Amino acid sequence: MGQKTSLERYGNKGTALGHVRGLGSAHGGTHHWLLQRFTAVGNLLLVGFLVISLALLPNYSYATVRSWMEQPVPAAALALICVNTFWHARLGLQVLIEDYLDQPGSKLAALVALNVAVFGGAAFGIVSIARIAFGAA
Amino acid sequence: MANRPLSPHLSIWKWGPHMAVSILHRIAGDGMAFLALPLFLWWVGALASGPEAYGTFTSVMGSIPGIVVLVGISWAFFNHMSSGIRHFVLDIGAGYEIETNKRWSYGSIASGIILTAVFWAAIVLI
Repeated sequence: MGQKTSLERYGNKGTALGHVRGLGSAHGGTHHWLLQRFTAVGNLLLVGFLVISLALLPNYSYATVRSWMEQPVPAAALALICVNTFWHARLGLQVLIEDYLDQPGSKLAALVALNVAVFGGAAFGIVSIARIAFGAA
Repeated sequence: MANRPLSPHLSIWKWGPHMAVSILHRIAGDGMAFLALPLFLWWVGALASGPEAYGTFTSVMGSIPGIVVLVGISWAFFNHMSSGIRHFVLDIGAGYEIETNKRWSYGSIASGIILTAVFWAAIVLI
């Protein structure tokens, strides 16, 4: 005895979870949290591949770097990097914006600008890598 | 603003290694988003545009200030990677004991610096 029901404890505001749900600066986030981890694993593999490849290149002349990048595996890895790092950066900067911008209007404007920048950046990178991989330039 | 504590609430906490790691993680990550990703796009864009554009890129990034920026970016990557792996460990519920947490916090800072040194040694030597 002595145990109160949720209704007695919180009145008509629902359960303990319902009482706090949505009060964080982002008002949600399980999906965001998981995507940040999924893209983090991808970055670990992809950027790890890029870092090791760069360290092993004999020099950084145009011919050397181009002939490395023209190969299918490096080109595919770099195209995936464009998707994965920009996605991960979008998630991270979103949290920065949510933490430090308090006004709903400026927060929305910053999130819109962020989305434009990351989609534009990723597209530019993929097109550049595709041109190199397909020998267009 | 809501009248309750909001993250990251820097002003009231006693500094500890875990806090420094968390702040470095954000600085390195957001720093890469603003600096490393645009430079990556310049790099692949210059390579796609031809030898002349790539020459501009290498002459800027091969200068002393350019190399300082590249070393900074590589540190940001290795630091963010090290503290990110620490996050994966914390995500499975491990490493919250104070001594363990301190040890891995210092470890991730050290790991970021050591990996940066190894990376540049490989670039210079290979």
